Amino acid sequence: MAEQEYSKEQVPNEDSDTSHDEEGVSPSQTNSELAGELDGLLDEIDSVLETNAEEFVKSYVQKGGQ
Amino acid sequence: MAIPKICGIETEYAIIQPKLGEQNPIHASSVLVNAYAKQAELSSKGGVAYTVEWDFNDETPGNDARGLAPIGSLPPLVETHLVNAVLENGARFYVDHAHPEISTPECINALQVVKYDRSGERIIELAMSVANEALPPEEEIVVYKDNSDGKGNSYGCHENYLVDRLTPFGEIICHATTHFITRQIFTGSGKIGVEATGVDSNSIEYQITQRADFFEEEVGLETTLKRPIINTRDEPHADATKYRRLHVICGDANMSETATFLKVGSTSILLAMVEDSFLTKRIIFDNPVRCIKEVSHDPSLKQQLILNDGSSITALEVQWEIFNAASSYVSKGGGEFAGGEVANEIISTWERVLTGLESNPESLRTEIDWIAKRLLIESFADRHNLSIFDPRVRLLALQYHDVREGKRISEIIGLKKLITNNEVNNGIDNPPQETRAYFRGVCLQKWPESIVSANWDSLVFRLEDDHLKRVPILDPSEGSLEKVRSLLERVTSPNELIAELELSNK
Repeated sequence: MAEQEYSKEQVPNEDSDTSHDEEGVSPSQTNSELAGELDGLLDEIDSVLETNAEEFVKSYVQKGGQ
Repeated sequence: MAIPKICGIETEYAIIQPKLGEQNPIHASSVLVNAYAKQAELSSKGGVAYTVEWDFNDETPGNDARGLAPIGSLPPLVETHLVNAVLENGARFYVDHAHPEISTPECINALQVVKYDRSGERIIELAMSVANEALPPEEEIVVYKDNSDGKGNSYGCHENYLVDRLTPFGEIICHATTHFITRQIFTGSGKIGVEATGVDSNSIEYQITQRADFFEEEVGLETTLKRPIINTRDEPHADATKYRRLHVICGDANMSETATFLKVGSTSILLAMVEDSFLTKRIIFDNPVRCIKEVSHDPSLKQQLILNDGSSITALEVQWEIFNAASSYVSKGGGEFAGGEVANEIISTWERVLTGLESNPESLRTEIDWIAKRLLIESFADRHNLSIFDPRVRLLALQYHDVREGKRISEIIGLKKLITNNEVNNGIDNPPQETRAYFRGVCLQKWPESIVSANWDSLVFRLEDDHLKRVPILDPSEGSLEKVRSLLERVTSPNELIAELELSNK
């Protein structure tokens, strides 16, 4: 999984209408750079996860809709 | 003959009060809509006409596109007692069943739908923020943009497309069914496990869509039970002699802007091709209800789907067939019905996404939800040495659908944006300029106290002598900025507006 990575894409310039930037992660990035980036993101994600996962997931019940 | 694909999205959001044992989602949804409407009224900003009632006179969800409703079918009830707000961007924010729901205004193309869908997320986020400031901490409300609670309950993200009434409905059923089953490979938002009746929920680790498990019929009127791949609700909210509104209920709600863009864009072009009888080849599945699940249950994209002639084909191969026809159609001028320049963007995105799905799906990790979510939760599970069914992994999969600033995981992992933050904010209180949403939105901005009710195809004004006057807008392409701006700038009151409109109708 170490080579699965995410990139922080550039947010489109606030002055422009839309961005059609099609660049993903640069292929020149090394595995260690990507692993480091991924680790950083997962650290950030760990910090926004709700606590008490088991209870939270168990109590997540919705009424059926359309 | 193809007509411009005016389109929109309605999203039912999930709602919970995590710190409360006993849940009352209808009440919580009402609190959310009211909180947003009230603060918008107090701040006289934020785009809502709080006093405006939704007008249900023209709502006929029981009408069936096939003619008479078959005995035993279940048209949904219209819930007039629940909270409704009409927003100054032309959208509707309301309580539907037990969910807060936002319908975007009528949009002119798929890119505009992405903008107003994102503005809708911001409205939900603002509503949560205002409601939670007023509520005691233990009653905090949290809302997610997903379609399933993982326990067999589903709620929808519906698309709507304006189609020519003269197009035989059977033609739409034939081609749209094939597209809806196979477009899942780029529209899916990903789900851990399976929710089909009688199947072990852990028998599939991860599937492409949230919704496929809930479809039991090929064609039908229902939306909450025995859901059909093609929904036949014939309620055009427009001149029924000229138009249909195709109400699509089988898609997932997307966090990825590219996924929303391609979902609506590809479907817009497909429907224009059907109207123009451009599709000569028919790809008909032997068992569509089985196929919609087979596609979703196979993230390897290798599943062979059986056709009615006994041969087989993959979803990706079908999408290449539809794409090739669409590309040819747009190059011959058909793009004018799907946004002109935007149609070219749909084609290039479609081709790039299909190529990525074929050669290297992970290259789409910032554009396609089910791929982004899968990489995220698998990386997380690996890091913490957890099974994919572990509650912490399930929690992360749920929080992928969080729309709150700072907790928005889709943003943290860098999903690609098509719309700037400025545009998203602009869409909170400004309507699209190319459809009747412009007339609705601007009238609500100018005279909220004089508009007693509103719906998609009319506004009811209270005039100075207390008379009520309904202004119908039966054509969704009427009421655009180009057509009514000078009139709306010239008149200074609803009375003057009505007088001018009556004069021009003579």
